[in-house]
Amino acid sequence: MKKQTKYLIITVVAFFILIILSDALFVVSEMNQVIITQFGQPMGDAITKAGLHVKMPFIQKANFFEKRWLEWDGAANQIPTKDKKYIWVDTYARWRIEEPLTFFQRVFDERGAQSRLDDIIDGETRNIVASYDLIELVRSTNRTFDITEELEFILDKEEIRKINTGREKIAEMILSKSSEITKEVGIELRDVRIKRINYVDEVQQKVFDRMISERQRIAAKYRSEGDGRAAEISGQKERELKKIQSEAYRQVQEIRGKADAEATKIYAQAYNRDPEFYQFMKTLETYRKIMDQKTWLILSTEAEFLKYLKKTSK
Amino acid sequence: MANDFPSMEFKMPKINPKYVKMGVAAVVVIILIASSVYQIQPEEAGIILRLGKFVRTTNPGLHVKIPGIEKVLKVPVQRQLKMEFGFRTADPGIRTEYRTTQNTEKESVMLTGDLNVVVTEWIVQYRIKDPYEYLFKIRDVDYTFRCMTEAVVREIVGDNSVDEVITIGRSRIALQAQQELQKMCDLYEIGIRVSQLIFQDVNPPDPVKPSFNEVNEALQEKERKINEAWSDYNQIIPKAEGEAEQAIRASEGYATERVNNAQGDSQRFIDVYREYSRSPLVTRKRLYLEAIEEILPNIDTKIIFDEAQKNILPLLNFGKKEAEK
Repeated sequence: MKKQTKYLIITVVAFFILIILSDALFVVSEMNQVIITQFGQPMGDAITKAGLHVKMPFIQKANFFEKRWLEWDGAANQIPTKDKKYIWVDTYARWRIEEPLTFFQRVFDERGAQSRLDDIIDGETRNIVASYDLIELVRSTNRTFDITEELEFILDKEEIRKINTGREKIAEMILSKSSEITKEVGIELRDVRIKRINYVDEVQQKVFDRMISERQRIAAKYRSEGDGRAAEISGQKERELKKIQSEAYRQVQEIRGKADAEATKIYAQAYNRDPEFYQFMKTLETYRKIMDQKTWLILSTEAEFLKYLKKTSK
Repeated sequence: MANDFPSMEFKMPKINPKYVKMGVAAVVVIILIASSVYQIQPEEAGIILRLGKFVRTTNPGLHVKIPGIEKVLKVPVQRQLKMEFGFRTADPGIRTEYRTTQNTEKESVMLTGDLNVVVTEWIVQYRIKDPYEYLFKIRDVDYTFRCMTEAVVREIVGDNSVDEVITIGRSRIALQAQQELQKMCDLYEIGIRVSQLIFQDVNPPDPVKPSFNEVNEALQEKERKINEAWSDYNQIIPKAEGEAEQAIRASEGYATERVNNAQGDSQRFIDVYREYSRSPLVTRKRLYLEAIEEILPNIDTKIIFDEAQKNILPLLNFGKKEAEK
């Protein structure tokens, strides 16, 4: 019996020591940081070093917080820009618990923090977006678009005007304004960024209409360019045709003229020896040609050829 | 209900306590071994935490850890990971099926620098470069990486015109987005290396699509009209050139003929004249009579009247011969 009691006591004592140890020792992982509270009263700085740590059992409590960067993704907000265009703006940010103690006191936990961040960042986003034109939110540089020159005239000058601030700077502004406030609750905010910007449905319909008319203008331009170019080619064809034909005509006439002149010269040289004889010869030749079977020849006896019909004297 | 079960009586078999002890010891040993040996797959890296503290990284293979004290986190560092934006692969396979939902639509619609709207679908392929950063620097890496990618792609698309995004600038924009995203990953220390960012499909929004097609059609129509005009040109001009050449050659032929004829005629005349000038009178008569001799036999109707009797002409019955025929 005595031996059994001794065993029992040892077991009970071991059990109590185990319970005490399990509450006194706690593991802080790489991902966490811990604030020790004593009856709700924060004790000392946050424990950020990973490893095994000790606290007063039962009296003190370990409150675990994230050490890593955390995400915040706000709901999309419908905001009018300065140029009265209604858009949805969706931002995201990352944040971490910089001062766990302040964080613990002001917002208590992550849920509280998320809702505080919603209020702060959404509010600042609204304020800043509303004081800029849409183009400033969309573009981040003033680079000129690579545009095929045909499209140059199509582009709406209003839509591609220069920006002064740009998306990145606007996001930075939201960040710096917001992080001033989040500092007060022990949160370090970094990189607020605009994730999505979209038109509100009614505006979107108008944008689609504009895009359609823009494309139709481009199509019309292509068509008229096709017609114009075709007419130009057709004109070129006419011009060259006339040129070819007239040049050929000129050459033909020149060649023939020269030949005629040459022939005339040759004839003149020959016939000038006796023009009267030429006339005689040519006339005889012509008689041969023009008098055929159907010709009625009425001859007088006075004709030289017939004079011997009447008399034989000389 | 319990009554439904047949009652049973268990009889504990008698077992030697020595065997019980051995059995318990064996179970304990097996549990110890099982919890101290771990395997890292070929594509993974093992991150060992000793009481929450990072102590080492282990490579693929079989390893030992202190049971209960050390904990293993496995990160697939060699695996090529992929994220889809604007669509989701519903059923990967030989004929992969895709689907889009309202959520993915929200991912894909974005504004261009000329304040137009495009619908973009893209993927990002990445690897976990640094498991330590991946696990301990940021909590929800996948979600954050998603947000980052969307923000970067929109920022760059927002700085390009709709035509650049849809056609000419596509690959440049993808590359630029990839580089920007990598920069951001390094800044955020999320331990990711972006391998590739690829635009799968970039389109104008559905209501606008027909007018974009219209532009293509108009462009083709333009090409067609120009080609037709050129083909007409090419049909007519060479033909005209040929005809011109023909006319010139023909005129050259005429010239040669004309000159040769002139030379021939004049030579003939000169030759005849030479003989004629020796005895002009008789030659003249001979030529005349020869001509008459040649002409008269061919003429059917020959009327000869005397110069003294002037009234013969009216008696002639012109046309009589014609009537008889």
